[in-house]
Amino acid sequence: MPLSITDRCVNCYACQDVCPSQAISRGAQQFHIDPAACTECAGHFADPQCASICPVEEALLDADGKTIHPPGSLTGIPSTLRAPRNHQGDPLRVLP
Amino acid sequence: MELIATSAATEPKKAGCHASGCGSSDDSLAHLPDALREQVQNHPCFSEKAHHHFARMHVAVAPACNIQCNYCNRKYDCSNESRPGVVSEVLSPDQAVRKVKAVAAAIPQMTVLGIAGPGDPLANPERTFTTFRRLAEETPDIKLCVSTNGLRLPEFADEIARYNIQHVTITINCLDPDIGARIYPWIYWNHRRIRGRKAAKILIRNQLKGLEMLVERGVLVKVNSVMIPGVNDAHLEEVSRVVKDKGAFLHNVMPLIAEAEHGTFYGLTGQRAPSGAELRRLQDSCADSMSMMRHCRQCRADAVGMLGEDRGQEFTLDKIEHLEVDYSAAMEKRRRVQAAIMKTLNAATDPAPAPQANGPEVLMAVASKGQGVINEHFGHAREFLLYRVDGNQVEPLGARKVDLYCTGSSDCPEEENRLQGHLDALADCAAVLCAKIGFGPWQQLEALGIQPSGAYAYEPIEEALMHFYQELLGDGKLESQRGVQASA
Repeated sequence: MPLSITDRCVNCYACQDVCPSQAISRGAQQFHIDPAACTECAGHFADPQCASICPVEEALLDADGKTIHPPGSLTGIPSTLRAPRNHQGDPLRVLP
Repeated sequence: MELIATSAATEPKKAGCHASGCGSSDDSLAHLPDALREQVQNHPCFSEKAHHHFARMHVAVAPACNIQCNYCNRKYDCSNESRPGVVSEVLSPDQAVRKVKAVAAAIPQMTVLGIAGPGDPLANPERTFTTFRRLAEETPDIKLCVSTNGLRLPEFADEIARYNIQHVTITINCLDPDIGARIYPWIYWNHRRIRGRKAAKILIRNQLKGLEMLVERGVLVKVNSVMIPGVNDAHLEEVSRVVKDKGAFLHNVMPLIAEAEHGTFYGLTGQRAPSGAELRRLQDSCADSMSMMRHCRQCRADAVGMLGEDRGQEFTLDKIEHLEVDYSAAMEKRRRVQAAIMKTLNAATDPAPAPQANGPEVLMAVASKGQGVINEHFGHAREFLLYRVDGNQVEPLGARKVDLYCTGSSDCPEEENRLQGHLDALADCAAVLCAKIGFGPWQQLEALGIQPSGAYAYEPIEEALMHFYQELLGDGKLESQRGVQASA
Protein backbone atom coordinates (compact mmCIF):
# COMPACT_ATOMS: atom_id res chain seq x y z
CA MET A 1 0.00 0.00 0.00
CA PRO A 2 1.51 3.30 -1.06
CA LEU A 3 2.15 6.56 0.74
CA SER A 4 1.63 9.83 -1.11
CA ILE A 5 2.99 13.38 -1.04
CA THR A 6 0.86 16.54 -0.76
CA ASP A 7 1.44 20.08 -1.98
CA ARG A 8 3.03 20.98 1.36
CA CYS A 9 6.21 19.29 0.08
CA VAL A 10 9.17 21.72 -0.01
CA ASN A 11 11.23 19.70 -2.52
CA CYS A 12 14.15 19.00 -0.21
CA TYR A 13 15.05 15.61 -1.75
CA ALA A 14 15.39 13.96 1.67
CA CYS A 15 12.75 11.29 1.01
CA GLN A 16 14.09 10.42 -2.42
CA ASP A 17 17.55 9.79 -0.98
CA VAL A 18 16.35 7.38 1.70
CA CYS A 19 13.69 5.42 -0.23
CA PRO A 20 14.88 1.79 -0.56
CA SER A 21 12.52 1.15 -3.49
CA GLN A 22 13.46 4.12 -5.70
CA ALA A 23 9.77 4.92 -5.68
CA ILE A 24 10.17 8.68 -5.28
CA SER A 25 10.89 11.13 -8.09
CA ARG A 26 10.75 14.84 -8.62
CA GLY A 27 7.54 16.04 -10.25
CA ALA A 28 6.61 19.35 -11.80
CA GLN A 29 5.52 20.93 -8.51
CA GLN A 30 6.79 18.55 -5.86
CA PHE A 31 8.12 15.08 -5.27
CA HIS A 32 5.92 12.15 -6.16
CA ILE A 33 5.65 8.55 -4.93
CA ASP A 34 5.09 5.86 -7.56
CA PRO A 35 2.24 3.85 -6.00
CA ALA A 36 3.31 0.72 -7.86
CA ALA A 37 6.83 0.85 -6.45
CA CYS A 38 6.12 1.96 -2.86
CA THR A 39 6.14 -0.87 -0.34
CA GLU A 40 6.00 1.34 2.77
CA CYS A 41 9.48 -0.12 3.29
CA ALA A 42 8.07 -3.53 4.26
CA GLY A 43 10.94 -5.99 4.41
CA HIS A 44 13.50 -3.17 4.49
CA PHE A 45 12.85 -1.11 7.60
CA ALA A 46 10.53 -0.95 10.56
CA ASP A 47 9.21 2.48 9.56
CA PRO A 48 8.59 3.98 6.12
CA GLN A 49 11.76 5.97 5.47
CA CYS A 50 10.17 8.98 3.78
CA ALA A 51 7.93 9.38 6.81
CA SER A 52 10.95 9.10 9.11
CA ILE A 53 12.91 11.98 7.55
CA CYS A 54 10.28 14.31 6.04
CA PRO A 55 10.62 17.66 7.87
CA VAL A 56 7.30 19.16 6.86
CA GLU A 57 4.00 18.59 8.60
CA GLU A 58 1.03 17.47 6.46
CA ALA A 59 3.27 16.65 3.49
CA LEU A 60 2.79 12.87 3.59
CA LEU A 61 -0.39 10.80 3.56
CA ASP A 62 -0.66 7.16 4.55
CA ALA A 63 -2.35 4.51 2.43
CA ASP A 64 -5.74 5.60 3.76
CA GLY A 65 -5.13 9.21 2.78
CA LYS A 66 -4.64 10.30 6.38
CA THR A 67 -1.90 12.81 7.20
CA ILE A 68 1.07 11.13 8.87
CA HIS A 69 2.48 14.25 10.52
CA PRO A 70 -0.33 16.48 11.79
CA PRO A 71 0.41 20.12 12.68
CA GLY A 72 2.78 20.37 15.64
CA SER A 73 3.98 16.77 15.44
CA LEU A 74 7.38 17.62 13.94
CA THR A 75 8.00 21.22 14.91
CA GLY A 76 6.30 21.23 18.30
CA ILE A 77 4.61 24.50 17.34
CA PRO A 78 1.16 24.60 19.00
CA SER A 79 -1.62 25.16 16.49
CA THR A 80 -2.68 28.34 18.31
CA LEU A 81 0.67 29.88 17.42
CA ARG A 82 0.84 28.82 13.81
CA ALA A 83 1.29 31.67 11.40
CA PRO A 84 -1.67 32.55 9.20
CA ARG A 85 -1.28 30.93 5.80
CA ASN A 86 -1.97 31.99 2.26
CA HIS A 87 -3.80 29.81 -0.26
CA GLN A 88 -0.60 27.89 -0.96
CA GLY A 89 -0.23 26.95 2.65
CA ASP A 90 2.78 29.21 3.18
CA PRO A 91 2.98 31.40 6.25
CA LEU A 92 1.94 34.97 5.63
CA ARG A 93 4.31 37.70 6.59
CA VAL A 94 3.21 39.32 9.77
CA LEU A 95 3.98 42.98 9.76
CA PRO A 96 5.02 44.46 13.07
CA MET B 1 35.17 25.92 13.38
CA GLU B 2 37.44 25.95 16.11
CA LEU B 3 40.40 24.89 17.62
CA ILE B 4 43.61 24.42 19.09
CA ALA B 5 45.09 26.33 21.44
CA THR B 6 46.31 28.78 23.10
CA SER B 7 47.26 31.49 24.96
CA ALA B 8 47.00 33.96 22.19
CA ALA B 9 43.70 35.26 23.34
CA THR B 10 44.91 36.00 26.81
CA GLU B 11 48.14 37.66 25.82
CA PRO B 12 48.25 41.42 25.94
CA LYS B 13 46.42 42.79 22.96
CA LYS B 14 48.61 44.18 20.25
CA ALA B 15 48.11 47.80 19.52
CA GLY B 16 46.85 49.08 16.25
CA CYS B 17 44.47 47.78 13.71
CA HIS B 18 45.07 49.27 10.36
CA ALA B 19 42.69 50.36 7.75
CA SER B 20 43.89 47.78 5.34
CA GLY B 21 43.03 45.02 7.74
CA CYS B 22 42.18 44.34 11.31
CA GLY B 23 45.44 42.96 12.53
CA SER B 24 44.72 42.53 16.18
CA SER B 25 42.02 40.03 15.49
CA ASP B 26 44.27 37.88 13.38
CA ASP B 27 46.69 37.78 16.25
CA SER B 28 44.23 35.43 17.86
CA LEU B 29 45.22 32.94 15.19
CA ALA B 30 48.88 33.39 16.01
CA HIS B 31 48.96 30.05 17.79
CA LEU B 32 48.47 28.19 14.52
CA PRO B 33 51.44 26.46 12.98
CA ASP B 34 52.79 28.45 10.01
CA ALA B 35 51.37 26.07 7.43
CA LEU B 36 47.89 26.39 8.89
CA ARG B 37 48.15 30.13 9.23
CA GLU B 38 48.98 30.27 5.57
CA GLN B 39 45.83 28.29 4.86
CA VAL B 40 43.59 30.79 6.57
CA GLN B 41 45.29 34.03 5.62
CA ASN B 42 43.17 34.47 2.48
CA HIS B 43 40.02 32.93 3.91
CA PRO B 44 37.45 35.66 4.50
CA CYS B 45 35.56 33.68 7.13
CA PHE B 46 38.55 32.69 9.22
CA SER B 47 40.73 35.74 8.94
CA GLU B 48 39.34 39.06 10.07
CA LYS B 49 42.10 40.67 8.09
CA ALA B 50 41.27 38.81 4.88
CA HIS B 51 37.56 39.49 4.89
CA HIS B 52 37.90 43.04 3.63
CA HIS B 53 39.70 41.79 0.54
CA PHE B 54 38.85 38.22 -0.33
CA ALA B 55 35.46 36.85 -1.31
CA ARG B 56 33.65 33.58 -0.78
CA MET B 57 30.75 31.75 -2.31
CA HIS B 58 28.35 29.02 -1.25
CA VAL B 59 26.70 26.63 -3.68
CA ALA B 60 23.30 25.33 -2.64
CA VAL B 61 23.54 21.68 -3.64
CA ALA B 62 22.42 20.20 -0.33
CA PRO B 63 18.68 20.65 0.27
CA ALA B 64 18.00 17.61 2.48
CA CYS B 65 18.48 17.67 6.24
CA ASN B 66 18.60 14.96 8.86
CA ILE B 67 17.78 16.97 11.96
CA GLN B 68 15.30 19.67 12.93
CA CYS B 69 16.47 22.75 14.80
CA ASN B 70 14.03 25.02 16.58
CA TYR B 71 15.47 28.07 14.82
CA CYS B 72 14.90 26.70 11.33
CA ASN B 73 11.83 26.58 9.13
CA ARG B 74 12.41 24.21 6.21
CA LYS B 75 9.71 25.92 4.23
CA TYR B 76 11.00 29.40 4.28
CA ASP B 77 12.62 31.02 1.30
CA CYS B 78 12.62 34.75 0.89
CA SER B 79 15.00 36.85 -1.14
CA ASN B 80 14.80 39.62 1.46
CA GLU B 81 16.37 37.42 4.06
CA SER B 82 20.02 36.75 4.54
CA ARG B 83 20.68 33.96 6.96
CA PRO B 84 21.89 30.37 6.97
CA GLY B 85 19.54 27.78 5.55
CA VAL B 86 17.79 30.19 3.24
CA VAL B 87 18.34 29.83 -0.46
CA SER B 88 16.45 30.52 -3.63
CA GLU B 89 17.70 28.03 -6.18
CA VAL B 90 18.94 24.51 -5.47
CA LEU B 91 21.69 23.47 -7.89
CA SER B 92 22.78 20.11 -9.27
CA PRO B 93 26.49 19.37 -8.91
CA ASP B 94 26.93 20.12 -12.60
CA GLN B 95 25.23 23.50 -12.28
CA ALA B 96 27.25 24.21 -9.15
CA VAL B 97 30.57 23.61 -10.92
CA ARG B 98 29.46 25.87 -13.76
CA LYS B 99 28.52 28.59 -11.30
CA VAL B 100 31.80 28.31 -9.40
CA LYS B 101 33.78 28.76 -12.61
CA ALA B 102 31.68 31.74 -13.66
CA VAL B 103 32.15 33.43 -10.29
CA ALA B 104 35.86 32.57 -10.13
CA ALA B 105 36.39 34.26 -13.50
CA ALA B 106 34.29 37.32 -12.65
CA ILE B 107 35.48 37.79 -9.06
CA PRO B 108 39.16 36.82 -9.04
CA GLN B 109 39.46 37.56 -5.32
CA MET B 110 37.03 34.70 -4.59
CA THR B 111 39.24 32.20 -2.77
CA VAL B 112 36.79 29.97 -0.96
CA LEU B 113 33.91 27.72 -1.98
CA GLY B 114 31.65 26.37 0.71
CA ILE B 115 28.75 23.98 0.78
CA ALA B 116 26.50 24.98 3.63
CA GLY B 117 23.01 23.87 2.78
CA PRO B 118 20.24 24.84 2.61
CA GLY B 119 19.94 21.49 4.45
CA ASP B 120 22.92 19.60 5.82
CA PRO B 121 25.69 18.87 3.30
CA LEU B 122 26.41 15.46 4.82
CA ALA B 123 22.75 14.49 4.59
CA ASN B 124 23.26 14.93 0.82
CA PRO B 125 26.50 12.98 0.42
CA GLU B 126 26.14 12.23 -3.30
CA ARG B 127 25.45 15.81 -4.33
CA THR B 128 27.97 17.28 -1.89
CA PHE B 129 30.91 14.99 -2.65
CA THR B 130 30.30 14.89 -6.41
CA THR B 131 30.54 18.68 -6.34
CA PHE B 132 33.71 18.64 -4.20
CA ARG B 133 35.35 15.93 -6.31
CA ARG B 134 34.78 17.85 -9.52
CA LEU B 135 35.92 21.15 -8.04
CA ALA B 136 39.08 19.57 -6.63
CA GLU B 137 39.88 18.44 -10.19
CA GLU B 138 38.64 21.37 -12.25
CA THR B 139 39.21 24.41 -10.03
CA PRO B 140 42.26 23.40 -7.98
CA ASP B 141 43.03 26.97 -6.89
CA ILE B 142 39.84 27.28 -4.83
CA LYS B 143 39.75 26.28 -1.17
CA LEU B 144 36.90 23.96 -0.27
CA CYS B 145 34.86 24.17 2.94
CA VAL B 146 31.82 22.46 4.30
CA SER B 147 29.54 23.15 7.24
CA THR B 148 27.53 20.48 8.97
CA ASN B 149 25.40 19.68 11.95
CA GLY B 150 27.85 16.83 12.55
CA LEU B 151 25.38 13.96 12.76
CA ARG B 152 27.07 12.02 9.95
CA LEU B 153 30.53 13.44 10.40
CA PRO B 154 32.21 10.28 11.79
CA GLU B 155 31.01 8.43 8.70
CA PHE B 156 32.44 10.98 6.27
CA ALA B 157 35.61 12.23 7.99
CA ASP B 158 37.81 10.15 5.69
CA GLU B 159 36.04 11.32 2.58
CA ILE B 160 36.36 14.95 3.66
CA ALA B 161 40.09 14.51 4.12
CA ARG B 162 40.35 12.76 0.73
CA TYR B 163 38.94 15.67 -1.28
CA ASN B 164 41.32 18.07 0.32
CA ILE B 165 38.55 19.94 2.08
CA GLN B 166 40.63 22.12 4.35
CA HIS B 167 38.00 23.64 6.56
CA VAL B 168 34.96 22.20 8.24
CA THR B 169 32.47 24.07 10.36
CA ILE B 170 30.41 22.08 12.86
CA THR B 171 27.43 23.69 14.51
CA ILE B 172 27.57 22.64 18.16
CA ASN B 173 24.99 24.40 20.30
CA CYS B 174 25.43 22.37 23.47
CA LEU B 175 27.16 19.42 25.12
CA ASP B 176 24.31 18.64 27.50
CA PRO B 177 21.53 16.48 26.00
CA ASP B 178 18.94 18.08 28.25
CA ILE B 179 19.73 21.43 26.68
CA GLY B 180 19.87 19.75 23.28
CA ALA B 181 16.34 18.46 23.73
CA ARG B 182 15.21 22.11 23.89
CA ILE B 183 16.99 22.93 20.62
CA TYR B 184 16.51 19.83 18.44
CA PRO B 185 13.04 18.24 18.36
CA TRP B 186 14.22 15.24 16.33
CA ILE B 187 17.00 13.63 14.29
CA TYR B 188 16.91 10.98 11.55
CA TRP B 189 19.40 8.32 12.57
CA ASN B 190 19.75 4.64 11.78
CA HIS B 191 16.63 4.73 9.61
CA ARG B 192 14.46 6.10 12.38
CA ARG B 193 13.17 9.43 13.56
CA ILE B 194 14.46 9.83 17.09
CA ARG B 195 13.20 12.53 19.43
CA GLY B 196 14.04 14.35 22.62
CA ARG B 197 17.02 13.79 24.89
CA LYS B 198 18.00 10.56 23.17
CA ALA B 199 18.23 12.35 19.81
CA ALA B 200 20.32 15.16 21.26
CA LYS B 201 22.66 12.66 22.92
CA ILE B 202 23.39 10.89 19.63
CA LEU B 203 23.87 14.19 17.80
CA ILE B 204 26.28 15.58 20.40
CA ARG B 205 28.25 12.33 20.55
CA ASN B 206 28.69 12.34 16.77
CA GLN B 207 29.61 16.03 16.65
CA LEU B 208 32.41 15.57 19.17
CA LYS B 209 33.61 12.30 17.63
CA GLY B 210 33.59 13.94 14.19
CA LEU B 211 35.52 16.92 15.51
CA GLU B 212 38.22 14.65 16.92
CA MET B 213 38.43 12.60 13.72
CA LEU B 214 38.84 15.69 11.55
CA VAL B 215 41.52 17.13 13.79
CA GLU B 216 43.39 13.80 13.64
CA ARG B 217 43.26 14.04 9.86
CA GLY B 218 44.68 17.55 9.78
CA VAL B 219 41.44 19.30 8.81
CA LEU B 220 40.90 22.76 10.32
CA VAL B 221 37.69 22.78 12.32
CA LYS B 222 35.68 25.80 13.38
CA VAL B 223 32.68 25.46 15.68
CA ASN B 224 29.55 27.57 15.27
CA SER B 225 27.12 27.99 18.16
CA VAL B 226 23.81 29.78 18.09
CA MET B 227 23.32 31.82 21.26
CA ILE B 228 19.79 31.20 22.55
CA PRO B 229 19.07 33.25 25.71
CA GLY B 230 17.74 31.12 28.54
CA VAL B 231 18.49 27.90 26.69
CA ASN B 232 22.22 27.58 26.03
CA ASP B 233 23.73 31.01 26.74
CA ALA B 234 25.10 30.06 30.14
CA HIS B 235 26.47 26.82 28.69
CA LEU B 236 28.41 28.16 25.71
CA GLU B 237 31.56 29.03 27.64
CA GLU B 238 31.87 25.35 28.44
CA VAL B 239 31.26 24.46 24.80
CA SER B 240 34.06 26.83 23.89
CA ARG B 241 36.48 25.18 26.34
CA VAL B 242 35.63 21.64 25.32
CA VAL B 243 35.82 22.15 21.56
CA LYS B 244 39.13 23.90 22.01
CA ASP B 245 40.43 20.94 24.03
CA LYS B 246 39.36 18.66 21.24
CA GLY B 247 41.28 20.67 18.67
CA ALA B 248 38.89 23.17 17.09
CA PHE B 249 40.78 26.34 16.12
CA LEU B 250 38.03 28.94 16.18
CA HIS B 251 34.65 29.43 17.83
CA ASN B 252 31.90 31.51 16.30
CA VAL B 253 29.05 32.37 18.64
CA MET B 254 26.21 33.75 16.55
CA PRO B 255 23.01 35.42 17.71
CA LEU B 256 19.74 33.52 17.39
CA ILE B 257 17.54 34.86 14.59
CA ALA B 258 13.94 34.34 15.68
CA GLU B 259 11.28 36.51 14.12
CA ALA B 260 7.68 35.33 14.31
CA GLU B 261 7.29 35.84 10.57
CA HIS B 262 9.98 33.26 9.89
CA GLY B 263 7.58 30.63 11.21
CA THR B 264 10.18 28.83 13.33
CA PHE B 265 9.45 27.23 16.70
CA TYR B 266 11.50 29.87 18.48
CA GLY B 267 10.04 32.69 16.38
CA LEU B 268 6.46 31.66 17.09
CA THR B 269 6.88 30.78 20.74
CA GLY B 270 8.42 34.13 21.61
CA GLN B 271 11.98 32.96 22.26
CA ARG B 272 13.95 36.19 22.22
CA ALA B 273 17.22 36.83 20.43
CA PRO B 274 20.22 38.13 22.40
CA SER B 275 20.96 41.84 22.29
CA GLY B 276 24.18 42.95 20.65
CA ALA B 277 25.64 43.72 24.07
CA GLU B 278 24.74 40.26 25.44
CA LEU B 279 26.36 38.59 22.46
CA ARG B 280 29.50 40.64 22.86
CA ARG B 281 29.75 39.87 26.58
CA LEU B 282 29.47 36.14 25.91
CA GLN B 283 32.04 36.35 23.12
CA ASP B 284 34.33 38.23 25.48
CA SER B 285 34.05 35.58 28.19
CA CYS B 286 34.63 32.75 25.73
CA ALA B 287 37.67 34.61 24.42
CA ASP B 288 39.45 33.99 27.70
CA SER B 289 39.97 30.40 26.65
CA MET B 290 39.32 30.26 22.91
CA SER B 291 39.90 32.20 19.70
CA MET B 292 36.63 33.80 18.78
CA MET B 293 35.35 34.72 15.35
CA ARG B 294 33.66 38.10 15.50
CA HIS B 295 33.06 39.07 11.91
CA CYS B 296 30.56 36.37 10.87
CA ARG B 297 27.74 37.71 8.70
CA GLN B 298 25.48 34.64 8.91
CA CYS B 299 25.45 34.27 5.14
CA ARG B 300 22.84 32.55 3.06
CA ALA B 301 23.53 29.08 1.70
CA ASP B 302 23.93 30.60 -1.78
CA ALA B 303 25.84 33.78 -0.93
CA VAL B 304 28.37 35.13 -3.44
CA GLY B 305 30.91 37.91 -2.92
CA MET B 306 32.64 39.61 -0.02
CA LEU B 307 31.27 38.89 3.46
CA GLY B 308 28.27 41.10 4.00
CA GLU B 309 27.49 41.43 0.30
CA ASP B 310 25.57 39.10 -1.94
CA ARG B 311 26.12 39.17 -5.68
CA GLY B 312 24.13 35.98 -6.24
CA GLN B 313 21.73 37.73 -8.60
CA GLU B 314 24.56 38.22 -11.09
CA PHE B 315 25.08 34.47 -11.33
CA THR B 316 21.64 32.91 -11.54
CA LEU B 317 21.23 29.76 -13.60
CA ASP B 318 19.78 31.52 -16.63
CA LYS B 319 22.78 33.86 -16.70
CA ILE B 320 25.47 31.19 -16.47
CA GLU B 321 23.82 28.41 -18.43
CA HIS B 322 25.53 29.17 -21.72
CA LEU B 323 28.61 30.83 -20.31
CA GLU B 324 31.88 29.21 -21.37
CA VAL B 325 34.71 29.95 -18.97
CA ASP B 326 38.37 29.53 -19.95
CA TYR B 327 39.44 28.36 -16.52
CA SER B 328 43.19 28.31 -17.21
CA ALA B 329 43.06 31.98 -18.16
CA ALA B 330 40.86 32.74 -15.17
CA MET B 331 43.27 30.91 -12.89
CA GLU B 332 46.21 32.99 -14.13
CA LYS B 333 44.30 36.22 -13.54
CA ARG B 334 43.21 35.01 -10.11
CA ARG B 335 46.76 34.20 -9.18
CA ARG B 336 47.91 37.72 -10.09
CA VAL B 337 45.03 39.49 -8.33
CA GLN B 338 45.35 37.41 -5.17
CA ALA B 339 49.12 37.82 -5.01
CA ALA B 340 48.68 41.59 -5.23
CA ILE B 341 46.17 41.54 -2.38
CA MET B 342 48.48 39.45 -0.19
CA LYS B 343 51.30 41.86 -0.91
CA THR B 344 49.18 44.80 0.22
CA LEU B 345 48.05 42.93 3.30
CA ASN B 346 51.56 41.96 4.31
CA ALA B 347 52.88 45.45 3.69
CA ALA B 348 50.16 46.87 5.89
CA THR B 349 51.34 45.22 9.07
CA ASP B 350 53.47 48.19 10.02
CA PRO B 351 53.47 49.40 13.60
CA ALA B 352 50.59 51.32 15.04
CA PRO B 353 50.67 55.08 15.46
CA ALA B 354 52.20 56.10 18.74
CA PRO B 355 49.72 55.99 21.57
CA GLN B 356 48.31 59.36 22.38
CA ALA B 357 46.27 60.49 25.30
CA ASN B 358 44.74 57.64 27.20
CA GLY B 359 41.02 57.56 27.64
CA PRO B 360 38.15 55.29 28.57
CA GLU B 361 37.43 52.17 26.57
CA VAL B 362 34.35 52.72 24.40
CA LEU B 363 32.48 50.98 21.62
CA MET B 364 32.39 52.73 18.26
CA ALA B 365 30.43 51.69 15.18
CA VAL B 366 31.15 52.13 11.48
CA ALA B 367 28.92 51.93 8.41
CA SER B 368 30.94 50.23 5.70
CA LYS B 369 30.32 48.26 2.55
CA GLY B 370 33.80 46.75 2.72
CA GLN B 371 37.32 47.48 1.48
CA GLY B 372 38.20 48.66 4.97
CA VAL B 373 36.83 52.18 4.50
CA ILE B 374 33.83 54.14 5.78
CA ASN B 375 31.69 54.09 2.67
CA GLU B 376 28.08 53.46 3.67
CA HIS B 377 25.25 55.94 4.23
CA PHE B 378 23.86 55.64 7.76
CA GLY B 379 20.32 55.04 6.56
CA HIS B 380 21.36 52.38 4.07
CA ALA B 381 23.47 50.34 6.45
CA ARG B 382 22.17 46.83 7.07
CA GLU B 383 24.91 46.21 9.58
CA PHE B 384 27.50 48.14 11.55
CA LEU B 385 31.09 47.11 12.19
CA LEU B 386 31.85 47.35 15.88
CA TYR B 387 35.17 48.34 17.39
CA ARG B 388 36.43 48.63 20.92
CA VAL B 389 38.56 51.76 21.11
CA ASP B 390 40.72 53.24 23.81
CA GLY B 391 43.53 55.75 23.57
CA ASN B 392 45.96 53.09 22.37
CA GLN B 393 44.20 50.68 20.10
CA VAL B 394 41.29 49.87 17.89
CA GLU B 395 40.03 46.32 18.26
CA PRO B 396 37.45 44.91 15.83
CA LEU B 397 34.53 43.12 17.47
CA GLY B 398 32.69 42.09 14.33
CA ALA B 399 29.51 43.14 12.64
CA ARG B 400 26.16 43.82 14.21
CA LYS B 401 23.13 43.43 11.99
CA VAL B 402 20.44 46.06 11.87
CA ASP B 403 17.04 44.61 12.58
CA LEU B 404 15.19 45.28 9.35
CA TYR B 405 11.77 43.84 8.97
CA CYS B 406 10.87 43.92 5.37
CA THR B 407 12.63 45.89 2.67
CA GLY B 408 11.30 46.38 -0.78
CA SER B 409 7.67 45.84 0.05
CA SER B 410 5.37 48.82 -0.30
CA ASP B 411 3.18 47.89 2.64
CA CYS B 412 6.11 47.85 5.01
CA PRO B 413 6.59 50.89 7.28
CA GLU B 414 10.16 50.83 6.17
CA GLU B 415 11.57 54.16 7.27
CA GLU B 416 10.37 54.00 10.87
CA ASN B 417 11.41 50.42 11.36
CA ARG B 418 14.72 51.03 9.81
CA LEU B 419 15.63 53.94 12.02
CA GLN B 420 14.53 52.17 15.18
CA GLY B 421 16.55 49.14 14.13
CA HIS B 422 19.61 51.35 13.64
CA LEU B 423 19.18 52.99 17.02
CA ASP B 424 18.73 49.61 18.75
CA ALA B 425 21.84 48.21 17.10
CA LEU B 426 23.92 51.13 18.35
CA ALA B 427 22.48 51.35 21.87
CA ASP B 428 25.74 50.62 23.68
CA CYS B 429 28.01 52.62 21.34
CA ALA B 430 29.63 55.95 22.05
CA ALA B 431 29.89 57.00 18.41
CA VAL B 432 29.04 56.00 14.86
CA LEU B 433 30.97 56.89 11.72
CA CYS B 434 29.35 56.76 8.30
CA ALA B 435 29.74 58.20 4.80
CA LYS B 436 26.66 60.38 5.19
CA ILE B 437 23.83 60.84 7.65
CA GLY B 438 20.54 62.74 7.62
CA PHE B 439 19.59 65.47 10.08
CA GLY B 440 16.79 63.50 11.76
CA PRO B 441 18.85 60.42 12.60
CA TRP B 442 21.70 62.68 13.69
CA GLN B 443 19.50 64.40 16.27
CA GLN B 444 18.09 61.13 17.55
CA LEU B 445 21.54 59.63 17.94
CA GLU B 446 22.76 62.64 19.85
CA ALA B 447 19.72 62.49 22.09
CA LEU B 448 20.75 58.94 22.95
CA GLY B 449 24.29 60.04 23.74
CA ILE B 450 25.77 58.55 20.57
CA GLN B 451 28.08 60.88 18.63
CA PRO B 452 27.55 60.59 14.86
CA SER B 453 30.06 61.71 12.26
CA GLY B 454 30.09 61.86 8.49
CA ALA B 455 33.42 63.65 8.45
CA TYR B 456 35.47 60.54 7.71
CA ALA B 457 33.70 59.44 4.54
CA TYR B 458 35.80 57.06 2.43
CA GLU B 459 38.65 57.12 4.92
CA PRO B 460 40.28 53.98 6.31
CA ILE B 461 38.29 52.70 9.28
CA GLU B 462 40.84 52.25 12.04
CA GLU B 463 42.63 55.55 11.49
CA ALA B 464 39.33 57.40 11.36
CA LEU B 465 38.17 55.74 14.57
CA MET B 466 41.34 56.67 16.41
CA HIS B 467 41.17 60.22 15.13
CA PHE B 468 37.51 60.70 16.05
CA TYR B 469 38.13 59.11 19.45
CA GLN B 470 40.90 61.60 20.17
CA GLU B 471 38.67 64.44 19.01
CA LEU B 472 35.81 63.36 21.29
CA LEU B 473 38.22 62.84 24.14
CA GLY B 474 39.66 66.31 23.61
CA ASP B 475 36.16 67.80 23.61
CA GLY B 476 35.40 66.02 26.88
CA LYS B 477 32.62 64.04 25.20
CA LEU B 478 33.79 60.58 26.11
CA GLU B 479 33.51 60.73 29.86
CA SER B 480 29.77 60.58 29.90
CA GLN B 481 29.51 57.97 27.18
CA ARG B 482 28.29 54.54 27.92
CA GLY B 483 31.36 52.60 27.14
CA VAL B 484 32.34 49.00 27.28
CA GLN B 485 32.78 48.88 30.99
CA ALA B 486 29.62 50.76 31.74
CA SER B 487 27.53 48.38 29.68
CA ALA B 488 29.28 45.22 30.74
